[in-house]
Amino acid sequence: MATETLACTPSEMMAALASRELKDGEVVFVGIGLPNLACNLARATHAPNLVLIYESGAVGAVPERLPVSIGDPALVTGSLMVAPMTDIFQYFLQNGRIQVGFLGGAQLDRWGNINTTVVGPYDKPKVRLPGSGGASEIAAHAKRMLVIMKLGKRAFPAEVDFVTSLGMRYRGTHRRDLGMPGSGPVKVVTDRCVLEPNAEGELEVAALYPGQTLESCQAEVGWPLKVRPSLGSVAGPTAEELRLLREVLDPKKLFLKG
Amino acid sequence: MSKVVSMKEAVASFVSDGDTVVIEGFTHLICFAAAHEIIRQKKRGLTLARLTPDLVYDQLLAAGCAKKLVFSWAGNPGVGSLHAFRRAVEGGGAPLETEEYSHFGMVARLQAGASGLPFAALRNYAGTDLPRVNPRIKTVTCPYTGEVLATVPALNPDVTIVHAQRADQNGNTQIWGLLGVQKEAAFASKKVIVVVEELVSEKVIRADPNRTVIPAPIVSAVVVEPFGAHPSFAQGYYDRDNDFYIAWEPISRDPAALQKYLEEQVCGVSDRAGYLRKNPGLTERLRAKPMVCEGVNYGY
Repeated sequence: MATETLACTPSEMMAALASRELKDGEVVFVGIGLPNLACNLARATHAPNLVLIYESGAVGAVPERLPVSIGDPALVTGSLMVAPMTDIFQYFLQNGRIQVGFLGGAQLDRWGNINTTVVGPYDKPKVRLPGSGGASEIAAHAKRMLVIMKLGKRAFPAEVDFVTSLGMRYRGTHRRDLGMPGSGPVKVVTDRCVLEPNAEGELEVAALYPGQTLESCQAEVGWPLKVRPSLGSVAGPTAEELRLLREVLDPKKLFLKG
Repeated sequence: MSKVVSMKEAVASFVSDGDTVVIEGFTHLICFAAAHEIIRQKKRGLTLARLTPDLVYDQLLAAGCAKKLVFSWAGNPGVGSLHAFRRAVEGGGAPLETEEYSHFGMVARLQAGASGLPFAALRNYAGTDLPRVNPRIKTVTCPYTGEVLATVPALNPDVTIVHAQRADQNGNTQIWGLLGVQKEAAFASKKVIVVVEELVSEKVIRADPNRTVIPAPIVSAVVVEPFGAHPSFAQGYYDRDNDFYIAWEPISRDPAALQKYLEEQVCGVSDRAGYLRKNPGLTERLRAKPMVCEGVNYGY
């Protein structure tokens, strides 16, 4: 791994860091956008046997083009299996066959709860977002749940307006007492730092990216950030990771915008 | 006896004002042709149910066909918002009743409906706000383990419309590629309209029975409308028109542009063939490349 820090965008950093969280041979439930790039980057580097499952039903997908939607026909061509959605949600996800799930959202709070439903009150929303899709059940069941989201005051409030997907704690109750078998968010990969839950389930700073400070992160987060006693260090993308992201995986910069 | 009819006849005969209508297809095989005919026939007061309302229900909402939307993800996939839907919910358009689940919840509802059961149980929703805003999401205690599970009510549509690659004249319907919840939606429904790219002989169906997803006995009508899923796609026939989905963003954002679109592209044509004539070059641009699989031996 390169010791020098190569110039890269926040999106490239996030995709590269997320890809390194995936182990070869794991079964991962993939979303569109940066999670998809992270998974395909992992497949092209250290995890050639990663099994990509898309909620649309493609299992072991090997998309030859960047899928714009979760149901792109390129996910089907050459895949290992096309399962009906009943199988995807019941046999794969609910039955604990998914090792890693990726989520993002409009809002994420102190406890890792994610909102993709509404900004403002449900009955009179300021902004109506798309809703759960498969996110609620991915958060319930993924053995290891990863989040990719850029920091921002509105995106990281102390409390989300609506809990679409359960984090580590809901209205004071820890998720282990709620009967949902998945891990909850074990890592939140942002554009400035990595957050991880502490024993109480509160997200705290676990690692800072080169050039970032606690102050620069705190300015973008709506609760007083706690910090791990020993902060981890983060290596930026390697030249090979950047080449794959820029030239092979997203040459038109559909998802590597900023 | 052949069930083949025109789209006009199928919608006139099997879709009534006030019905619960499901046009399924998860990104793949979404029957825009049927939705456009529903708009042309000015159906009113429909309850529209679908996992992803997609552009197809955004258009039906904008045309004033629906009183209620039942869904689990209401966005423009890979692009952003469904603006007719947002205007209705955020208070800038005609009011719309909504009933919201997650994908798994909707899948389970259709599966319960297809199985003749009143509800489905699933391990979900604890620690989320979905049951708080949807009182139809309840819980049940498992009589064997004591575990508390979430429940969702069966969904039994009045009519389900499924687009497929091919069927015979009786309605034996074969689908490949992404299967979504079409089979569950069809078996849950009182009536089923199948719309296909190609009408084939029963012999073709019998040669590959594992590919049949919907059998003739549950099918009310068969409609043949090639490219009837555009801008959605049909694996092996044509690609998803991603450019159209991107172009929909500014159209649906502007109510006047949206009404103009409906006037020209929906009410301005009489069927899918007319739509294709109005959009020259579309079929050539999206036609699928051949990638044919090897057949299997069904002998014994």
